[in-house]
Amino acid sequence: MAEKTLKRVDLIFSEDNYREIIEKTFAKTDDEIINEMIDSGLKGRGGAGFLTGLKWKFARDAKSTNKHVICNADEGEPGTFKDREILDKVAQKVFTGMAIAARVVGAKKGYIYLRGEYRFLVPKLLKDLKEFHAIMKAVNFDYEIDIFMGSGAYVCGEETALLESMEGRRGEPRNKPPFPVIEGYLGQPTVVNNVETLASAAMVCKIGSQSYKRLGTKSSRGSKLFSVSGDTPIAGVYELELGMSLQEFVDEFGDGDTKAVQVGGASGFCVPRKKFPTTIIGYQSDLEGDNLPTGGSMMIFNSSRSMYNLLRNYLDFFVEESCGQCTPCRVGTQQLIYGIEAVKRGDKNSSYLDYLLKLTETMKMTAKCGLGQSVANSFSSIVTNFKEEMIY
Amino acid sequence: MVEVESLVKRLVNIYGRKRESLLPVLQGVVEQERTLTEVTLKIVAQELDLSAAQVYGTATFYGFLDTEPRGEFVIRVCKSITCAMKGKNQMIKTMEDTLKLKLGETTKDKKFTLLQTNCLGWCHKAPTMLINDEVYINLDQEKVIEIIQSYSRKGTY
Repeated sequence: MAEKTLKRVDLIFSEDNYREIIEKTFAKTDDEIINEMIDSGLKGRGGAGFLTGLKWKFARDAKSTNKHVICNADEGEPGTFKDREILDKVAQKVFTGMAIAARVVGAKKGYIYLRGEYRFLVPKLLKDLKEFHAIMKAVNFDYEIDIFMGSGAYVCGEETALLESMEGRRGEPRNKPPFPVIEGYLGQPTVVNNVETLASAAMVCKIGSQSYKRLGTKSSRGSKLFSVSGDTPIAGVYELELGMSLQEFVDEFGDGDTKAVQVGGASGFCVPRKKFPTTIIGYQSDLEGDNLPTGGSMMIFNSSRSMYNLLRNYLDFFVEESCGQCTPCRVGTQQLIYGIEAVKRGDKNSSYLDYLLKLTETMKMTAKCGLGQSVANSFSSIVTNFKEEMIY
Repeated sequence: MVEVESLVKRLVNIYGRKRESLLPVLQGVVEQERTLTEVTLKIVAQELDLSAAQVYGTATFYGFLDTEPRGEFVIRVCKSITCAMKGKNQMIKTMEDTLKLKLGETTKDKKFTLLQTNCLGWCHKAPTMLINDEVYINLDQEKVIEIIQSYSRKGTY
């Protein structure tokens, strides 16, 4: 164990009086709430990192009699499990965030898009929803939340694919713009927020943006849940301040033999040991070193692991979960597998890897959604940092 | 077939006849029947006033909406990286031996189907699997055999 331990935060899983938070927040004007949210610096906790307050503002400004607030609980990124913990332990906090968003944008209806793998949570969520709807009635606010089940498709975590799925179609991402805040569910303005984002929004309303801002760094405000797994003696969900270095993280969570950490799941980046001190966990900023945004998946690998097998596992995942709609992603992911296999067998020489890296760059530029675009992240970070393992 | 038809009608009454009702209706059928046959998809299409192709296209997109015959208990072993590192292949081997089938197959008595799936969201408690909607974590060979035996005693057959 390291001497210096990372500061633990206890916001997301704290017990709270939700009626009190809602009443306190509803006493403010919509503009005050939006400004507080923007001022807090809270960014989307699903991984993309868009300013939550700004998203709400866009949906508020959209003209429509019907608007929706959807909680994205399609947590499918390999290595991520914090949203399940939130919904299991403090679902009311998420509903509270949804109610506040609904008040701000003017929505009457909300949905939780829950991945099929989490169906076991439904009975408990229904019980929590009953209590929540009682609070809504007590504060005289007309807002109702329903659960919509997913059916085992990773790409539906992409917000426009999620909307397609809710509308009864294949989960194929839409072209953007228009963004969901303008044309979302059933063509109406829709806020789609991640589970953790909504819980964090409720906490910003509780403690105020000033206190919330004190956590984290300038470009990465607040705390974040991390799903820690792999070669670690203490796997689990931890709430930590943003802006820590990967070295600090590994000192605390590694098993003493950490070779690499995959930050942000299969669609994230693989960081080798030599880059731990200069890698900062947070959103892009003027800080030195590489800044890695993350949905919170931190998978730790020790020196017994083969990086070739790791990459192979990720690529299999992408091939299976690609919606198949656009060519760069559908064909690109398959070709990457053929490519690394050919190099491993010796049918192609090692310079072929550069050719494959170019292919991922093309995918990054031309794929329609985040899935196809982000294949380059893990592919290039693994192939560049562990080239020898790809070849021999 | 009459049974499936009345099931679909019952689900349509609950979820409505809009396009947005399609997924909940299909999920409801899978929950009861474990699979969507051609006949079922046609009935759903008729009830929701959609083309059979639209219903088939949607159903086949989703991993959990099976259009192939499945057993009463569908086992899905997580194959994502952490579960792979923590021995999911041994778990699969154990189940193949216990159930006398190969990965992807259904037992002759139509009781169990053994499949793999992507991340189940329990990486800190790997290896893991789902049996229908039930989650099983921190698996080892002994535990897997015990679980399978308890399901063998359950069934409706």
